[in-house]
Amino acid sequence: MYDFSPFIDSINSFFTSNFSPFWASVLLMLLLGVAILAFYAVLGLYLVYAERKICARMQNRIGPNRVGPLGLFQTIADLIKLLLKELIYIRNADGFLFNIAPFIVIVASIMAIGSIPFAKGLQAIDLNIGVLYILAISSMGVIGVLIAGWASNSKYSVIGAMRSGAQVISYELSVGLSLLCMIVFAGSMQLSDIITSQQDGWWLFKGHIPAFIAFVIYLIAGTAETNRGPFDLAEAESELTAGFHTEYSGIKFAFFFLAEYMNMFIIAAVATTIFLGGWLPFHIYNFTAFNTVMDYIPPVFWFFGKTAFIIYVMMWFKWTFPRLRIDQLLALEWKYLLPINLLNLVLISFLTLMKWHF
Amino acid sequence: MEETLVDIDFKEKEEYIINMGPQHPSTHGVLRFETCLQGEKVKYIIPHCGYIHRGIEKMSESLTYPQLLHLTDRMDYLSAHINNEAVALCVENAMEVEVSDRVKYIRTILAELSRIASHQLWWSAFGMDLGALTTFFYGLRDREKILDIFEETTGSRLIQSFITPGGLMADIHPNFQRRVKEFITYFRKKLPEYDQLLTGNVIFRERTMGIGYMSKEDAIDFAVTGPSGRGSGFQCDVRKIAPYSAYPFVQFNEITYTEGDTYHRYLVRMKEMWESLNILEQLVDNIPQGEIMLNLKAIKAPKGEYYQRVETARGELGVYIVSDGAPSPARIKYRSPNFSNLFIINKISANHKIADLVAISGSLDLVIPDIDR
Repeated sequence: MYDFSPFIDSINSFFTSNFSPFWASVLLMLLLGVAILAFYAVLGLYLVYAERKICARMQNRIGPNRVGPLGLFQTIADLIKLLLKELIYIRNADGFLFNIAPFIVIVASIMAIGSIPFAKGLQAIDLNIGVLYILAISSMGVIGVLIAGWASNSKYSVIGAMRSGAQVISYELSVGLSLLCMIVFAGSMQLSDIITSQQDGWWLFKGHIPAFIAFVIYLIAGTAETNRGPFDLAEAESELTAGFHTEYSGIKFAFFFLAEYMNMFIIAAVATTIFLGGWLPFHIYNFTAFNTVMDYIPPVFWFFGKTAFIIYVMMWFKWTFPRLRIDQLLALEWKYLLPINLLNLVLISFLTLMKWHF
Repeated sequence: MEETLVDIDFKEKEEYIINMGPQHPSTHGVLRFETCLQGEKVKYIIPHCGYIHRGIEKMSESLTYPQLLHLTDRMDYLSAHINNEAVALCVENAMEVEVSDRVKYIRTILAELSRIASHQLWWSAFGMDLGALTTFFYGLRDREKILDIFEETTGSRLIQSFITPGGLMADIHPNFQRRVKEFITYFRKKLPEYDQLLTGNVIFRERTMGIGYMSKEDAIDFAVTGPSGRGSGFQCDVRKIAPYSAYPFVQFNEITYTEGDTYHRYLVRMKEMWESLNILEQLVDNIPQGEIMLNLKAIKAPKGEYYQRVETARGELGVYIVSDGAPSPARIKYRSPNFSNLFIINKISANHKIADLVAISGSLDLVIPDIDR
């Protein structure tokens, strides 16, 4: 019912018919780039706003409520402030690396956004190895974090960066393995294929208990991969002041800040796509009236609704749990999550082989 | 100490030293921990204090007793009433006068209220040290109620200077008793919430249990008093050992644990809040009638040396006055609990992770202006 492909195709044909093939592709790329950047900035800012409002609710506060109605423009005002702020030059810092680090972090998350299917046909690039691509790109961000910590020439930053490196590399395994579990079910790495394989039920429900285990592990590992609380050891405000971005100011700090929120969005979006049926509506088996009503809700709303739910859960973690210690963090991954995940993968392969899932 | 200092100077050239503080979120003030790290592990810590030294003791030598009382508020600002009480009691002992029972009761109620308020703020900040940011707002929400009671009666919220030698600055507000009773019922409902949010949390327990072990001998050697010492089984509650004000009239338990780790120092304070509520309940309805201020012609201690100790929220506060009979003391010395509690930190946090150092220093509940005075 809601298919974006004709709309996308019409834009495509408009450019190809009016311009030479070279200019058409250049203009299309430009359009796409601007669209993604605008989407990225607006979504990032409003995730920050959402977090501030949600944590305020959890802490008996009101949250931002002065700039604009309900404080809706607060984060925009903050961004303008950060843009206008002086960029402090750090003596003895490695200038080139210091400046490039925030860009690596933010570019990695922008690239990952490109392959997320927001609705049918609304996807910048539908790679046949989409899951692998997202995993590869989103783990590139840690390079930026490591560089930032190293180049700032600050002891706190180095500790934060090393923690972040150890953490992301460990938890990348769990994220990868739990996604692999679902790839075994879906039989494809292409994100649009994975979604269509969930037409008759989301993998979270179809895949029995193993899929649920994979989902929980993915949420934990995903939260850890974005360096968010209770796994925010890389920042660890009370220990390392601000960890790897202690020395950054102005817009470079804003880049790290935005990237953190967008990484959270990417983790939630991937969870939505792979476990919760992406933009597919919620259906109850043999309940036609309900299913028809659900079908009328546009897929974009389904996608963002599910993503928002997962983001809410991740914020819930952050604002209620204390922070783990580095050895506990690594023990959790290597002693618990990884073995469980490997067992789970074997179990899921077996289920798929015997065709026991729904 | 001289030996180790030379040793450390030599080591500094090759070791990874980070300065936690003077401005650092986890030291709660201008305290500096010179921390030597090996990776994430703490090798040793040298605490440096003196960043907020205001010379309170020296200043006091040129002030009269009622005047110098106002400086005591600024030492441990979270138990301002108790600090005032210490000086007031010391001067009263020197002058050999005794205040009325009404004053004693009100002093004790105010002291217990400040103990609860102080523990609430400590709980809030301790959660934040461990990364649980929500605790801060829960604690402050309830502390606000106590500060409102203080404001109504004493006119100010943090540093009240209400208890003076010879009695109190003023009588209590007519609402005082009702509001204290309201607070007792309110806070009895809210305290289990604290446990749900933090005490029962798996991560919290993992982070604090078995961390920063302090033996009873260590506690006695370093003179660690207050809840930090009682977590190690050191029975050092001045309210029990040398009861003052209205403490002889009330029943309460001294909370001690023998485990001596961060978690049990935490538990001592949580239980103390319950105990303080019990004390308040016993006192608030029974405030006797009596005069608020003794009619003293001049407040001056006779020639001699006087010592008085009280239990603040952090431990034993001692006031030592040397008087030559003048209206101001010849020498005044405060034995502040935080100064003694601070220096155990090297011993109990060596070989722990840097994150544990934050937890341990949080569990000692340091108020920095009290260290330096």
